[in-house]
Amino acid sequence: MVTVRFFAMLKGLARTESRQYEIKSPIKIEELKKMIKGDFPSLSGVLDSRSVLISVNQEFATRETVVKDGDEVGLLPPFSGG
Amino acid sequence: MSRELVRIQRENFSINEVVEDVKMASTGIGAVVAFLGAGRDISKGTGITGLDFEHYPGMAEKKLRDIRQRALENFNIVEMAIVHRIGHIDIGEDIVLIAAASAHRNDAFMACEWAITELKRTTPIWKRETTKTGEVWVSETP
Repeated sequence: MVTVRFFAMLKGLARTESRQYEIKSPIKIEELKKMIKGDFPSLSGVLDSRSVLISVNQEFATRETVVKDGDEVGLLPPFSGG
Repeated sequence: MSRELVRIQRENFSINEVVEDVKMASTGIGAVVAFLGAGRDISKGTGITGLDFEHYPGMAEKKLRDIRQRALENFNIVEMAIVHRIGHIDIGEDIVLIAAASAHRNDAFMACEWAITELKRTTPIWKRETTKTGEVWVSETP
């Protein structure tokens, strides 16, 4: 099971804090994004905009990063701390 | 010393305590430069009545610890503390404090400026502003 966590404005758009995905084998972030966009059409635009960063197990990921069973994926809109 | 030099917390912090904490690192410290971020009542011309901060627990703390570590490695400073608040912030309340301590002032000025810029760039913390017409997540900070 992969846990996808939504933060800040994405949590509002998704209307939930997280969603779990069953994956049979490791997949690339791009594949997971397709699954998320299928579940949450409201996120489709922002996920394609490239302003949203993605983390895997709390480290920044790239398009090539592979997600495997047990991983935690974070969808991170632009930061505004400080 | 019981207080963590890098931390994220809901409650307010004491500027004096944080400054004293970094000064405790060495008697060779001759300068402490602090950046304090506070909640202001206007954003892009719109009146703000309050702020709320959310973070990614675990990852945000890790990024702040990483910023302190890189500051210690890349600048000629002795110590650095970073404290950021989450939750509701009223106008005028303190949000973030970065304190850099060094032998001479210039190193502390440079490290502090770099650290707040890096915090804004790499740390998963988000600000929501409350205006008279509703709430809005801030998507960029100067």
